[in-house]
Amino acid sequence: MAAQEQQQPQSRDTEIEDEVPEAPPAAPEAQASAATQGVDDLLDEIDGVLESNAEEFVRAFVQKGGQ
Amino acid sequence: MRVMGSETEYGIHAPSAPGANATMMSARVIQAYAQITRQKTAGGAETRWDYTDEEPLHDARGWTLERSAADPSQLTDQPPVLDAEAVALAYGRQELEADGSDEAGSLLMNMVLGNGARLYVDHAHPEYSSPEVTNPLAAVTWDAAGDLVALAAVRKLAADPELPPINLYKNNTDNKSVSYGSHENYLMPRSVPFGEIVRGLTPFFATRQVICGAGRVGIGQDGSRPGYQISQRADFFEAEVGLETTIRRPIINTRDEPHATADKYRRLHVIIGDANLSQVSNYLKFGTTAMVLSLIEAGQAPKLELHEPVAALQEISHDTSLSTTVRLLDGRRVTALDIQWIYYEAAAKLAQETSVSDAVSGDGHTQGVLERWESVLTLLGSNPPAAASSVEWLAKLALLEGYRRRDGLQWGDARLGLVDLQWSDIRPEKGLYYRMLARDRMQRMVDDGAIARAAVEPPSDTRAFFRGKCVSTFGKQVVGASWDSVIFDVPGIGKLQRVPTREPLRGTESLTGELFRKHTTAEGFLGELLGPPPAPRG
Repeated sequence: MAAQEQQQPQSRDTEIEDEVPEAPPAAPEAQASAATQGVDDLLDEIDGVLESNAEEFVRAFVQKGGQ
Repeated sequence: MRVMGSETEYGIHAPSAPGANATMMSARVIQAYAQITRQKTAGGAETRWDYTDEEPLHDARGWTLERSAADPSQLTDQPPVLDAEAVALAYGRQELEADGSDEAGSLLMNMVLGNGARLYVDHAHPEYSSPEVTNPLAAVTWDAAGDLVALAAVRKLAADPELPPINLYKNNTDNKSVSYGSHENYLMPRSVPFGEIVRGLTPFFATRQVICGAGRVGIGQDGSRPGYQISQRADFFEAEVGLETTIRRPIINTRDEPHATADKYRRLHVIIGDANLSQVSNYLKFGTTAMVLSLIEAGQAPKLELHEPVAALQEISHDTSLSTTVRLLDGRRVTALDIQWIYYEAAAKLAQETSVSDAVSGDGHTQGVLERWESVLTLLGSNPPAAASSVEWLAKLALLEGYRRRDGLQWGDARLGLVDLQWSDIRPEKGLYYRMLARDRMQRMVDDGAIARAAVEPPSDTRAFFRGKCVSTFGKQVVGASWDSVIFDVPGIGKLQRVPTREPLRGTESLTGELFRKHTTAEGFLGELLGPPPAPRG
């Protein structure tokens, strides 16, 4: 119950993205930047559909209890 | 494989009407869907729920909770009362008086749908309970069909200029200390001792989140500690075993309401899962759990006991590197993946021994679950980002990490909270899961056409077929229904005709399809089904 307080995760210093063990032989940098580009395209699209005023929207989302 | 089904309570929010009464808004959602189905079927497809066989206070450990000792939210065997006061609070008294059609008494809170599902107001949320299915792929299909049902209601309300638009979210928390559930149900033989179920399932339930967690921004029940965790639900669990579902939530829920022949079956009511949009996560949630139940029934569940299951559940959820170890009673320390592999090996062995995974003589589903389970566990152990197209918490995390990298956002930033919330908006143009799906960043296991059909058609291989077909064929004469009954009111017959459906694997298309094809009237249908009415006594 309250036990979770002492057992804070220590995971934040392990960066998942840094550990790509088997780098492909050809042009890893180019591949990585292509992947980043793909994500950036996605983020651009999502920027367009995100509700405006994030802070207020998130604050107003208040639910009553459920199961 | 096994009879199973899902329940989804949707988060509900009207951005333009903050503070609107949630029960009232939920009733509007049900009402909107009733209006739609009325347009679709000649007889009107809305049917009231029959509460006769609801027993929410029966405990699987062998006793019944006194009503006076129960939390009011546990009394789910009574129709919810939406009194005039609640309506007035939500919409103002003038409106209540002006709009006669929306009197509290006439508001529909409960429907049985033509696909065999139940759509109703549960506390302060609209809930869709899927029809009974027999395998995890069908569970994914009819669960996703519920999202389409909810979407249709959202669209209908959005088109009404008189009402504030209502958004629905397939998630499990508002990040302000409130959680609402997404439950699974599995049919089991009653002969399996409940203690065995608790022992066999607890380590599995504490760890399966690594394959089917939906991901959450924020740590702690109120989400106030910055960070990201694997599960939406983990921080809301406080007990190992118990009857409650809304307070002191237990990892193993003991509600013993079989909705079937009670001395033969138990319905295991699972409350610990996250609502899943990812089809692969949802498929694995149902498929692997069903296989672990087979292990328990065969007496072959792994002999593992967690030292502190509730703490382990939360520690695992809080560590996205998957490296946290939890202590077993025998002193060993293992990771969540270690435990999942132990269950996988045991399940694969049993499947082979019983031939259920055999390509020819098998059940056609177990092998598929085993393959997916193995490949996801392998990826989680070697290259987790590669599992992002199937594992929901990793997919959401990839998106959040994109924002963090591009805009330099900290975990406490409201925009990341919005991404988490809007991930689960059920509208495809707004929901971020659906944006990822459209870009093929999420794997599909079921195509959109099959999901659309499942919103209308019942599964063919359970009693849901009978229930759904009764509603869609004879809707006008069906005055009530529940999981284990359909009630007819046929003109000319003095009393109501209650058709019990207490065997989940009867009432299938192969057993009753011909009856539905043959009869165009409820009279003829019931006449053949129940035999001639008793002769009037003279």
